[in-house]
Amino acid sequence: MTDPAPPLVRFEGVCKRFGETVAVDGVSLDIAKGEFFALLGPSGCGKTSLMRMLAGFEAPDTGRILLDGIDIAGLPPHLRPVHMMFQSYALFPHLNVARNIAFGLRRQRMPQAAIASRVEEMLALVRLEGLGGRRPDQLSGGQKQRVALARAIAPKPSILLLDEPMAALDRKLREETQLELMALQRRLGMTFMIVTHDQDEAMVVADRMAVMRAGRIEQVGAPREIYDHPANAYVAGFIGETNLLSEGDRWRAVRPEAMTLSTRPQEGARAGTIAEIAYFGDRTRYVVAAQNARLVVSRANVGAPLALSVGDAVWVSHAADAGALVSP
Amino acid sequence: MFNRASVALGLAFLYGPIVLLVIYSFNASRLVTVWAGFSTRWYGALAQDQQMLDAIWVTLRVGLISASLATVLGTLAAVGLVRSGRFPGRTLFGGMIYAPLVLPEVILGLSLLLLYVALDLPRGFWTLTLSHATVTLCYATVVIQARLASFDISLEEAARDLGCTPLGAFLAVTLPGIAPAVAAAWMLAFTLSLDDLVIASFTSGPGATTLPMRLYSQVRLGVNPEINAVSTLLIALVAVGVTAAWLIQRPRRTGP
Amino acid sequence: MRRTWAVILAPYLWLVLFFAVPMALIAKLSLSHTVLAMPPYAPRLDLSHGLDGISAFLGGLSGATYARLTQDRLYISAYLSSLGFAGVATAILLLIGYPIAYGMSRFGAGARQALLLGVILPFWTSFLIRIYAWIAILKPAGLLNQGLALLHLPPLQLLNTDAAVIIGLVYAYLPFMILPLYAVLEKQDESLIEAAQDLGCTPLTAFWRVTFPLSLPGLAAGALLCFIPMVGEFVIPDLLGGSKTLMLGRTIWTEFFADRDWPAASAVALALLATLIVPIALFQRQQAKVLS
Repeated sequence: MTDPAPPLVRFEGVCKRFGETVAVDGVSLDIAKGEFFALLGPSGCGKTSLMRMLAGFEAPDTGRILLDGIDIAGLPPHLRPVHMMFQSYALFPHLNVARNIAFGLRRQRMPQAAIASRVEEMLALVRLEGLGGRRPDQLSGGQKQRVALARAIAPKPSILLLDEPMAALDRKLREETQLELMALQRRLGMTFMIVTHDQDEAMVVADRMAVMRAGRIEQVGAPREIYDHPANAYVAGFIGETNLLSEGDRWRAVRPEAMTLSTRPQEGARAGTIAEIAYFGDRTRYVVAAQNARLVVSRANVGAPLALSVGDAVWVSHAADAGALVSP
Repeated sequence: MFNRASVALGLAFLYGPIVLLVIYSFNASRLVTVWAGFSTRWYGALAQDQQMLDAIWVTLRVGLISASLATVLGTLAAVGLVRSGRFPGRTLFGGMIYAPLVLPEVILGLSLLLLYVALDLPRGFWTLTLSHATVTLCYATVVIQARLASFDISLEEAARDLGCTPLGAFLAVTLPGIAPAVAAAWMLAFTLSLDDLVIASFTSGPGATTLPMRLYSQVRLGVNPEINAVSTLLIALVAVGVTAAWLIQRPRRTGP
Repeated sequence: MRRTWAVILAPYLWLVLFFAVPMALIAKLSLSHTVLAMPPYAPRLDLSHGLDGISAFLGGLSGATYARLTQDRLYISAYLSSLGFAGVATAILLLIGYPIAYGMSRFGAGARQALLLGVILPFWTSFLIRIYAWIAILKPAGLLNQGLALLHLPPLQLLNTDAAVIIGLVYAYLPFMILPLYAVLEKQDESLIEAAQDLGCTPLTAFWRVTFPLSLPGLAAGALLCFIPMVGEFVIPDLLGGSKTLMLGRTIWTEFFADRDWPAASAVALALLATLIVPIALFQRQQAKVLS
């Protein structure tokens, strides 16, 4: 698939160190206009530094960042058409909701009437009609999150940066919010870049994602592509659960759901005993202690249940072409 | 039980002398410690005492100007200390901020006086005002610094992200956020200036006698009901001011 | 970096001019000698004579004033008794300040706020006025002795004694002791005490093993915050003490205003400063720790 349009954002060999620690180590990355892009990695992997460099709060030591083909190194944060939704939301406590949303519009010297109507539009967009007069400390966590979102979207940035936007929400609200965020992004046609350490979240929301480790990008691609064809053992382990089985001098990464469990010996299957059984309602997760390996098998709970208990002897197998071959 | 008793005794110790002083300001007798009935005659006498009124006027002017200077400089110093990380001479700067808080006032007063002598500045209203601004600026810095240190820096970043210059972000977001501390710093500076005797004695000159200087020279001659009266007025002023500030600044209950 | 200096330059220069330079002037003056003139000391730096002026000035400096101070019993006893007064008053402040701060921290949230205001209010009230209030109480025909007479007790001679100075110091500095102690005690997690009791401590051992060790930073801050300025205190010994009560702050004042011996006043000030350097450094380090 080739994309003739130039990328909206291009990182070119970007490096950043803070004192002794290397935060970002030679990252090159393109983000296309209109996509929902996720930077995924554990804390300290450099994803936040990368985002802050795009927003203008940090300057790269080497490398360039291009926005619409133009190097933005010299632009301070307030002149960049890039807005950020902060992890702490950073709602101004002395301003009410409407004035928070209007904050960026005022800096653009938009006429009063236009500001008022844009604020109303934003309140409707995030379903906070009538709450414009509330102070931030009178809002629930989910409401605060939506105000922060509206505030960052209101000035129509060319790209919206979301820094762990759902970290402060509880699980149920987080799942709802993820779906809303995707719908919103599609409706606005705006480019979103989200930073998260939660692989489920990245998989759900993103069109494409980059998996980072120790300042470097390990793999870039669509969630499905990365899940099915992880580039290496690290990515395979970080995105979902995986069984790494040696095959020659490489590893075959096989997802738990691609493994089959049998109570009778099978051709080519590995023998072992059940070590753990965890019931999740829709599926059951078995850990099997085999020779030199702990294998994880996930089995959908449809049809007749397997009558297994801890200590039972089982045989684990997978299709010869299941999963992907990865380098260690 | 023990806790309540110790707090009650502590407060009694702190307030007992002040309460007695206030009560005896309404004493009809010239002898401060012999009760001779209720009277407001000493407040009347105070209103006639031109020297005392002049001293009050000088004190207020010195306090207003020096506290305002100290608050502006203290805000800058606090921002510098909290937001700038390392800069050459940071340790020296921090030392110069903290030292005046703990140094005995006689040393500060003496050193400032030597400066004015060396510069050949005639001592008076302005030397006194500059001296008070110097000492109170350190208190102002510490008060504002404490608030600024706990102020969420991402608010300032959010403002810059939404189009504010660094100065604009400070004025639009940080300053409103630390405003209670800035107000408290001004009040502290004003009160310290109002209260100061030692530094004023060294750095003031003829024609700029402050209220504490005037009170001190009278107190040295013995107790005097007029002093009780002026003290009572000052105490009332401070009590009202501080309580009001407290009620305004008190952490508010947050809504749903 | 440019932005840093834009912010810091004004207060920096201000403090150099009004704090660092004056401190250097004290050091310089302590090496001068008195003359009958205005200002009453020599040598004076005369830059109009160029280098000769500077060398003449440097040649005129001497440590004679310090030599004089170390030989004068009066200065030595003023020095020692300053430390003595401050030490005794700090010890008493710890003993009465701790139970008050602890008691305050055990009240409910609303009451704690009011009590805190109660302790802070006197601190905002004029120092001079609060000391003045004690004169009326302590003087021979004062309120204390009137009270004792009602109880048929013999009168006490307190005003113009060392005891009155201690009372004044304790009274004036009590809020400075309570506030830092209260700050650490109030922050303490109640569940720590519960955990200690759960693990077998009596309430008293829980206090000694958990609460007290955790409150030591506040205790140190309070003690330093009181001790340092008390050593150089002037108003309290002057108004409540007797003519024989010697403290360094008062000595500096007398040398300066009454005896017009500016070099001696400066040398005493420097001796005081040298004594306080260690506690001040300790206090600064502690504050830096608290702020970071």
